[in-house]
Amino acid sequence: MSDVLTPQGPALTAKDFATDQEVRWCPGCGDYSILKQVQTILPQTGIPRENIVIISGIGCSSRFPYYMNTYGMHSIHGRATAIASGLKATRPELSVWIVTGDGDGLSIGGNHTIHLLRRNFNVNILLFNNQIYGLTKGQYSPTSEENKITKSTPMGSIDHPFNPLALALGADATFIARSMDRDPKHLQQMLLHANDHHGTSLLEIYQNCNIFNDGAFEIFTEKSSRQEETLMLEQGKPLIYGANKDKGIVLDGYKPKLVDLNNGHSANDLWIHDDHDFYKAQILTRFFDNPATVGHFPRPFGVFYATERATYEDEMQLQLEEAIAVKGKGNLDALLQGKETWVIE
Amino acid sequence: MSIPTLVVEDVVIKFAGDSGDGMQLTGSQFTNNTALIGNDLSTFPDFPAEIRAPQGTVPGVSGYQLHFSSNRIYTPGDNCDVLVAMNAAALKVNLKTLKPGGIIITDISGFDTKNLRLANYTDGVNPLEDGSLEGYEVHKIDITKLTREALKDIQLGVKEKDRAKNMFVLGFLYWLYNRDLTSTFSFLHDKFGKKADILESNIKALQSGYNYADTVEAFSSRYKVEKAKLPPGKYRSITGNTALTFGLIAAAENSALPLFLGSYPITPASDILHDLSKYKNFGVRTFQAEDEIAAITSAIGAAYGGSLGITTTSGPGMALKTEAMGLAVMLEIPLLIINIQRGGPSTGLPTKTEQSDLLQAYYGRNGECPMPVISASTPSDCFDAVYEAVRIAVQHMTPVIFLSDGYIANGAEPWRYPSSEDLKPIKVNFKKGMAADEGKFMPYQRDENLVRPWAVPGTPGLEHRIGGLEKEDITGNISYDAENHQHMVKVREAKVDMIANHIPLQTLDSGPETGDVLVLGWGSTYGSIKSAVRELQGQGLAVAHAHLRHLRPFPANLGTMLGNYKKILIPEINNGQLIKIIRDKYLVDAVGYNKIKGVPITRTELVTAVKALI
Repeated sequence: MSDVLTPQGPALTAKDFATDQEVRWCPGCGDYSILKQVQTILPQTGIPRENIVIISGIGCSSRFPYYMNTYGMHSIHGRATAIASGLKATRPELSVWIVTGDGDGLSIGGNHTIHLLRRNFNVNILLFNNQIYGLTKGQYSPTSEENKITKSTPMGSIDHPFNPLALALGADATFIARSMDRDPKHLQQMLLHANDHHGTSLLEIYQNCNIFNDGAFEIFTEKSSRQEETLMLEQGKPLIYGANKDKGIVLDGYKPKLVDLNNGHSANDLWIHDDHDFYKAQILTRFFDNPATVGHFPRPFGVFYATERATYEDEMQLQLEEAIAVKGKGNLDALLQGKETWVIE
Repeated sequence: MSIPTLVVEDVVIKFAGDSGDGMQLTGSQFTNNTALIGNDLSTFPDFPAEIRAPQGTVPGVSGYQLHFSSNRIYTPGDNCDVLVAMNAAALKVNLKTLKPGGIIITDISGFDTKNLRLANYTDGVNPLEDGSLEGYEVHKIDITKLTREALKDIQLGVKEKDRAKNMFVLGFLYWLYNRDLTSTFSFLHDKFGKKADILESNIKALQSGYNYADTVEAFSSRYKVEKAKLPPGKYRSITGNTALTFGLIAAAENSALPLFLGSYPITPASDILHDLSKYKNFGVRTFQAEDEIAAITSAIGAAYGGSLGITTTSGPGMALKTEAMGLAVMLEIPLLIINIQRGGPSTGLPTKTEQSDLLQAYYGRNGECPMPVISASTPSDCFDAVYEAVRIAVQHMTPVIFLSDGYIANGAEPWRYPSSEDLKPIKVNFKKGMAADEGKFMPYQRDENLVRPWAVPGTPGLEHRIGGLEKEDITGNISYDAENHQHMVKVREAKVDMIANHIPLQTLDSGPETGDVLVLGWGSTYGSIKSAVRELQGQGLAVAHAHLRHLRPFPANLGTMLGNYKKILIPEINNGQLIKIIRDKYLVDAVGYNKIKGVPITRTELVTAVKALI
């Protein structure tokens, strides 16, 4: 029998994860939904509350820890990923969640994000992407579209934006997924998938900033357009979308093509989603067209890619154990004395 | 005819050559050998920032100065008795430090036309032949040729063979100083055990150098330095960075905290990362971060989780870490920030020593952001000082800045090493849970020293949120309240100030309790000040020396001590930093002695500076 006692208290509910702190996001902000979905899924994970740590950087999203009745740190701009790395390296048993935004995680903290991904610590990154700087009141972000007029770009932004999931895959991320604030059910599923993955999970969440960038993702979230513009990925299922489920995607070699299922194509011809396929995942992350372009691809949501790779903290622990196996447990006196000594009488 | 052996008290040797000539290795081998015969010693490695600076040039010269003695010594020596010059540039750079009548040992292959030109000697001028070295005892040896000859039966290229030249020189000097070769044999076996050819060539070169000196009777006598009269005990030789590494491991063991180092490589601090990464069997976790910021923030994450969080760096890295240090101050979390100072600003002089980051350590952060500052004064003192720094960090829940510098980091001296039983345990109090009468956990509830509890994730009932925003005292909730902010600024400062109640009072290193001059130092100036003050005391002058380990807060009695002398002299390897703080805090008219040349202050310079005040 294991020595570890599992607390046998009553099962937790979403309410147990709320704090007494007033939530200070703007009314109507997409962050409320994300907070609610996280509070909803955590009881389902069965992780004891004291073992959950939420670490954030700076920005609207980064206020998140204050509203979660777990351990939490609201740190400095861009560094949540690095703080989480140190915590996870030393306390592998904790469930560590990083809450960050497009500015925090991809601009000022972009360096730490890519390094976290390649190291593959077993942590979950929730990247709240609203394509704008909210807390500093409306400058363009590294995910803002080109030509965007903001306070700091009166003639339009000339920055080419990041494609966050393609970037993550470039850094050899082992889990990438996309969801949105306006689809609670899907978001909950994705949060659970992210939690289940052993390794760094990057979940990009399209989040509406109704003050500085309202409607940025409207085309993916509104009833009138969403079915035509989104592609909901499901493992083992063909890539089908459209209000009438009559549009599909085939692979012609490595080139994806849109096809009409009413016009000579059947579901059997279509690309079947396989989230273990790195090459297909790379193509999927590139479904990133401006929805205004004629013949554009729909925007995928769901798990793009998931693979197993050793985590940093597991490898680190193995080295510690190996060192002890080879050299024996460290002996302080032997260390201080060293090899060559002499005595003065 | 057998050659007589003369007993001498005190020798300074400078090994100088091109940065690829292996002078650092030669110097450190001679140092270990010296330590084992029980001499007191002090070293000063001095090398260029480039791994292979342009060969043969003046900027490419690498030097290693070793002072050893049968008396107590505290500096690597102002001037040397023996200069090993492997090429013309090495002679040019170092001749000025050689005592009149001193010994010069040269490799004449390093004085060919090309080398002379690279060293910027005028065309046609060769110092070995123009009589300019008449005041010295010059030994012109074709070390390159002799080494190649000695290795002629070994299947190695000429380049590889020439790499063993330094061993020839070492053997030559071992003969001159009556040394046993065993320690270097065993070093070579450890280092090159798997490369039979290289091992053999080094051993052969070493022996050939020794035999050559014996055969040619180049010297009319050999020298011997007797064991030094050090306090009784068990000794080893140690450099500052190694002592610091051991101090960290000892502190982790004696506080029962797992050690986590987040670090980004930077000269001259990288050796601590290298060293600590070897001791995984002590449970040491080292993390080579992607940058200086990740290095400190990962250490903050580890400390938050209950580890001994440490980051190591030098000045430019320190600058990058400042925002994160502010976070650690706000979180009131234990953390050790180790700065092995080097010449600045910016990239500055990466391999040269300086004490110019004290004001940065004191004030270099946004907001009112006080942190304790501790410094080490000698290589072996790094052990005790860093142990003390860890104690303060974990017992007072505060980040602590530890200052060493390139000179003591790389310098070596004998160390009367402690046994684990000599070390005081470092008591750490984690909050383990909620007491029955506690309603809600208050993360900023303080004890009598204003210290908040260390409550780590995984502890049921203590779930709480902390962060960089200003917080309400006691609850830790975000607060923008005006009164609370002023209160918190004062509390954070008082918490650091109160550490003065938990550190030793300042003592004099030597000298009368009242007198004409107090020389007040910190850090690596210790040896020079000690030697200079001793000399002045020998001349009957009322001069005392106090050396600070605790730079913030200062020991409680420092102000009184300063009042007991007519003049206060503060020597520093910077443009006057401690002096500004001392003048500000104690309103004393202290005088500075400042040398900012990337090298230690000499004893002679200080003797003159003190005399000018009397």
